[in-house]
Amino acid sequence: MTRIAHSPHAHAPVSVGKVMATVMAALVPATLYGFWLYGWPAIFLWTVTVTTAVAAEALTVRLQEKPVRPTLMDGSAILTAWLLALSLPPFAAWWVGVVGALFAVVIAKQVFGGLGQNVFNPAMAARVMLLISFPVDMTMWTTPMPLTGGHAPGLMEGLAITFGGAHWDAMASASLLGHVKTEFTRGVDLLHSLPGYFAAQDSAIGSRAGSLGETSAGLLLAGGLFLIARRIITWHGPVAMLLGVAVPALIAHAVAPAHFLGVLPEILSGGLILGAFFIITDPVTSPNTNEGMFLFGLLCGLLTWTIRTFGGYPEGVAFAVMLMNSLTPIIDRYVKPRIYGRTRKGTALPVGKEA
Amino acid sequence: MKLFSRFKPQGGVHPDGRKDLSADRPIRVLPMPERLFVSLQQHVGAPASPVVVVGEKVLKGQLIAASQGNISAPVHAPTSGHVAAIGDYLAPHPSGLPAPTITIEPDGEDCWAALDVPIDPYALEPEEIAKRVAAAGIVGLGGAAFPSAVKLNISRKTNVQTLIINGGECEPYLTCDDRIMRERAAAIVSGIRLIQRAVGCTEALVGIEDNKPEAIAAMREAAKGTDVKVMPVPAMYPMGWDKQMTRALVGKEVPAGGRSSDIGVLVHNVATAYAVHEAVALGRPLISRLVTVSGEAVKIACNLEVPLGTPAQALFDYCGGYAGVPARLVMGGPMMGHEMPNPYIPVVKGTSGVLALTHKEIGQPVPSPCIRCSTCVRACPVGLLPLEMAAHIRVGDLNTSVDFGLKDCIACGSCSYVCPAHIPLVHYFNFAKGELAAKERAKLKQEGTKKLAEARNERMEKIARAREEASRQRAAKKAAQEAAKKAAADAAAAAAPQQEATA
Ligand code: SF4
Ligand code: SF4
Repeated sequence: MTRIAHSPHAHAPVSVGKVMATVMAALVPATLYGFWLYGWPAIFLWTVTVTTAVAAEALTVRLQEKPVRPTLMDGSAILTAWLLALSLPPFAAWWVGVVGALFAVVIAKQVFGGLGQNVFNPAMAARVMLLISFPVDMTMWTTPMPLTGGHAPGLMEGLAITFGGAHWDAMASASLLGHVKTEFTRGVDLLHSLPGYFAAQDSAIGSRAGSLGETSAGLLLAGGLFLIARRIITWHGPVAMLLGVAVPALIAHAVAPAHFLGVLPEILSGGLILGAFFIITDPVTSPNTNEGMFLFGLLCGLLTWTIRTFGGYPEGVAFAVMLMNSLTPIIDRYVKPRIYGRTRKGTALPVGKEA
Repeated sequence: MKLFSRFKPQGGVHPDGRKDLSADRPIRVLPMPERLFVSLQQHVGAPASPVVVVGEKVLKGQLIAASQGNISAPVHAPTSGHVAAIGDYLAPHPSGLPAPTITIEPDGEDCWAALDVPIDPYALEPEEIAKRVAAAGIVGLGGAAFPSAVKLNISRKTNVQTLIINGGECEPYLTCDDRIMRERAAAIVSGIRLIQRAVGCTEALVGIEDNKPEAIAAMREAAKGTDVKVMPVPAMYPMGWDKQMTRALVGKEVPAGGRSSDIGVLVHNVATAYAVHEAVALGRPLISRLVTVSGEAVKIACNLEVPLGTPAQALFDYCGGYAGVPARLVMGGPMMGHEMPNPYIPVVKGTSGVLALTHKEIGQPVPSPCIRCSTCVRACPVGLLPLEMAAHIRVGDLNTSVDFGLKDCIACGSCSYVCPAHIPLVHYFNFAKGELAAKERAKLKQEGTKKLAEARNERMEKIARAREEASRQRAAKKAAQEAAKKAAADAAAAAAPQQEATA
């Protein structure tokens, strides 16, 4: 007798691979723009990181004697490496990408049991590891030099920067948050350090110094909205994270403008937009419910602002996300959807009462 | 409508409807097949028991099996002919187990038995209407197949005020409810009024998904001048879940573990209302139903009026046969229907469709690990966490899956449908529910045995006590007797010397 198939006898035309592909598609504009801004070194770094991740994934899966093709086809390794590459300094050396990708795929994901089992967002785990281990390399930001402009490194020079450890004249530059932090330690307050350093439109269109993908808030935002429209993610997490940063920034800035950055520079700087729309929405490491996502996002935002403002590192997104990842199971435990005909606590609704 | 605007659908999915395949095909009557395999278990509850014998001649509409017990439904001959066999036959049950069946060989005359047609059906007493609905063997035709008269009686006794007529045919492919509303709206409205009278409820709301504008228009037209209200509801799956429809129309939820009547609501399907009209106004028992025949592997999809007991194959044949080799045959809709292991399964009262699907339509590739995307959580109309339940069932932890709400799962399939990792979530849930039911049965059995044993012990003790008591009494009696005897003897002895003395 043949095995009886269970219902449903239909399936939506979706797959994990398609979900990942949609997220990648949402990243393409910001990434291409980043390539244009930072030229060949950025392209090389991205390629090295993604290639390493794919190779590492294939190898670990093979070592576990599981089929390699389906795992690679889900695209998760590529996406992880992509997100990691977007958060690296564009002129970083090749080995930064390689070490990061290896850590993300092998340690942060496969060791936990592969896709779906990891506790921490692999890209953020790798970024944090790199930041702690190689603080100098990880904070070497570059002023953008568009490919089409005269100052950009050419193909060969790009190779030299990524693979040869060459330095480029214009390399030394700090990101906005780094600049503020440094100036603070020198005793220069915001009223003096900021003017001439921040202009919102610069961040929005990405002509500020920063990592590859962090710089173009506008295009990342567009990508995020695209994902919401395609129902890959919901608005709850991202909106809550932005609120979590914006609200304290608004209050603090109003109270002491010399000490606290305003809402716009906070939101448009660093990896906040990338984090809000692409990182905390990582399905594996975030809560299951919309309400849980909101809480998760809000706390991510608050933590990010706190770390940025009071912590030792100028940027807090990666740390905040990792901290919150570890809280995800607890949020999931307490924030559950209400079951039909039951109260939130799970007892049956009283007879005759309105729901 | 004020109540309506409060509705915020929870969960639900928007599967590819595929209704275009059959929605524009008017109802056609299937020619009488060569043999009818009329199952005696076409409803929830105890199977009907045959009241005819093999070889007996039967007329169309004649009772051939009577209802058994409180929750059951009688079965009638779908046409005239003779009883060819009584015994087990293939049945549309997910277990694939056969069911008791009466096989009828039609004589081709299709000759009705004498029908009891009331002069004014709307003047019948409520109890009388329910009685006629019960006698006609009407069960929920939306697929639940629960005996309708039972629901009518409960609702009358609990003073239900709102009747909801479910026209939310949300399963993909199926269009038979849509067609019946378009073509037989007047009869449905008549059936609704009869149910209203049987229950004594003032309000009658017909919920129809807004993707059926023709049905809405036809029902509105037919409802003119009555107090039946037609209310469009958003099209989505599972809008036709009676509890979802209730939530949509009256903004209340049926308490967990409770009945619709707990919140003053009675829900019936449109096709059931039609059957009530046929039974009460025309005296015709439920012997046929509308069935959608569809799927890419069917030549011409259509809606057929089919005598109960017709093998699915006859429906496919009538529709021009298969287009290519079907990958799967399904009875019911694709979301909740059951696979038919072979095409000879007969149509029963709850059969809303028979589908022949291609591989492309089924589209269930190999499962991959869960990515915890919670698409399933957002899709669940009940508010469950399918990923957590499945994860616990996978490792054999059924109790935790119950804590997560497994028993509230209605097996609607929304979660499986949308899972990007193609995890057969409903399969897990059905498996776990089966296991739990088996455990429950075993426990009951064990408890039953224990109770029996205890009862026996008690009985034995009682007997022993009684025996002891009896022997004590006997002993006491004996002692008493002895004492009396002795007393008498003493008295005699005492008297003797006196006698002697007097002598
Ligand atoms: S939809 Fe599938 S992959 Fe996504 S959380 Fe649910 S079970 Fe996991
Ligand atoms: S099958 Fe059960 S768990 Fe899945 S969506 Fe339906 S009710 Fe929810």
